[in-house]
Amino acid sequence: MTIPTSVPITYTSGEQIEVYRFNIPVTVGVPLLALFLQAFVPRRLPFFSIFDLPLLVTIFFAMARRNPISGLFTGAAIGLVQDMLGAYPIGIYGIAKTVVGYGASSLGAKLDVENAGARFLVTLGFYLVHQAVYFTVARGMVNLTLNWSWSRGILAGVVNAFLGVLLYFVLDKFKQRT
Amino acid sequence: MESVLGRYRNLTILVGVLFLQVLGLAVQVKRSADAEHTRLIRIWAVDAITPFERVLVWAQNRSGNVWHNYFFLRGVRAENRQLKEQIEQMRLEQVRLSEDAAQARRLQSLLAFKEQTIAKTVPAQVIGSSGSDLSQSIYIDKGSNDGIAQDMAVITVGGIVGKVLRVYPTTSLVLMINDQSSGVGALLEKSRLQGVLRGSPNGELVLDRVMSDEQVSPGDILLSSGGDQIFPKGLPVGTVTKVNPGKELFLSIKVKPAADLSRLEEVLVVTEKREQEPVAESSGVRVRAADILAQRLPSVPAKPAMVVGAPPTADENTAAGQTSSAVAKPPANGAARPITGNAIKPEGSASAGPAGNAANQSLAHDVPISGQPVTTQILKKAVQKPASRDSDTDVAAGSTAASNPDDSSVKPAKAPSKPSSAQSLPQPPASDDNPH
Repeated sequence: MTIPTSVPITYTSGEQIEVYRFNIPVTVGVPLLALFLQAFVPRRLPFFSIFDLPLLVTIFFAMARRNPISGLFTGAAIGLVQDMLGAYPIGIYGIAKTVVGYGASSLGAKLDVENAGARFLVTLGFYLVHQAVYFTVARGMVNLTLNWSWSRGILAGVVNAFLGVLLYFVLDKFKQRT
Repeated sequence: MESVLGRYRNLTILVGVLFLQVLGLAVQVKRSADAEHTRLIRIWAVDAITPFERVLVWAQNRSGNVWHNYFFLRGVRAENRQLKEQIEQMRLEQVRLSEDAAQARRLQSLLAFKEQTIAKTVPAQVIGSSGSDLSQSIYIDKGSNDGIAQDMAVITVGGIVGKVLRVYPTTSLVLMINDQSSGVGALLEKSRLQGVLRGSPNGELVLDRVMSDEQVSPGDILLSSGGDQIFPKGLPVGTVTKVNPGKELFLSIKVKPAADLSRLEEVLVVTEKREQEPVAESSGVRVRAADILAQRLPSVPAKPAMVVGAPPTADENTAAGQTSSAVAKPPANGAARPITGNAIKPEGSASAGPAGNAANQSLAHDVPISGQPVTTQILKKAVQKPASRDSDTDVAAGSTAASNPDDSSVKPAKAPSKPSSAQSLPQPPASDDNPH
């Protein structure tokens, strides 16, 4: 009987969960493209404003890398740039996406989030977490008079989750095994 | 201690990153009065994004212009005709409004009111948005280099859009009126009730601070009140779409914006406002609806000197008819006489000219001209107008009633056929006066 001398670090509790990485052009280009589209397209297609492409990209990179440190820094960077383009003080999106990046990567390290159903639920959940953190910070710290609409929030969550599932399958092409 | 930090390394870094961002937010909130400390980093972000947006907008406009100006010209003639008719109607409306405005200015000058007027605007193109569903703001392609400054009003022809929130050298960020943090002083056109217009989470406009016992109904027009010191008073804001009882004795009034905020392409930035006392017109030179009508009526071509003893022709009869009419009923004031203008400015269509003049002739001689599409009934109707009418309106009505009813160019001129006061605007043609 032979005993394995080494176990790949990407295996957890008997289930194979792989860790991926991305090359630099994808790491930088995809978030920038998402930010650009988010800023440009809604002026031409108003319904597009319901999507949050930077959030979807944050969740995708965090879940694929499965590294909480990497996830939170990715979320912070994307969120801060999004804040810079907006009208409100810098840091509201930054904080919200930092939390989401950390949470998504932590969850990705424990669960298999490769199938469409899991991705849908994870995206929906993190969209609501993102909105909750955003509103808490905006109202509690910055004293903005923002009002939360449950119907619109849930609708936007579902719509973003659908788009997320499609987007993740496209972005899967850029994954590289470690 | 080190072991604890090592064990909870990820959590420690998360808390550290969050703490730094919270600290940065706190600094910004404390120094919210001047945004200079966040200016540089925002400039970098905006400068990185907006060039691409400019290029795309430019390419889109170019391709759109080529298509619309060179290829897709179907229906342009019909649209042109419709627009011309619309201009006719608007000219008449303009005359009435200028009368009202003059009256208002006279009253305001009596009361020593001051009014804010838009002195200068800078046109700008919308190149992007903030990229957030929670923040309704747009980027325009004009900045401090073009004279844009913070808190300037941004409008379109349709209505108000928002105010300039941040200014960069070549771009500006405009906070739209449907943003949740926005507030615009507004008043209802009819009832003059004032309220505060705010944005809602889903990008709709809501009028706040109107008591629930006030009468507000869907369709009411909303104007800017000028109370916010940003938008000049009287600009169109929107239309009331829904009225519900709200919280704390206030109504919840939903408003549809006058400007299409979701499809903005070009806007105007009000770079200069002027506060002045209204000046009442003192020259006495006023253009009235009847004058405008008279200019548009068919004219009498210039004739050579008449041979003494020769029988008068139809055209001469017409001229004589006009003259006698004018002499019989001189205008009450010194305003420009439509008949004179009619004779000087040959603007009417050639086909309608003799017919229109025939009506004037009929007013004097009651003799229709043969060979023209003018029936005796029409002439009778033209003659049977009430005698108490203003002379200018009389002539215009007579000419119009006798014109070819199929000629659309004289439609607005049928309006004065209704009895009215000297300053009232001719109304659309009444059914009883219609030759059909």
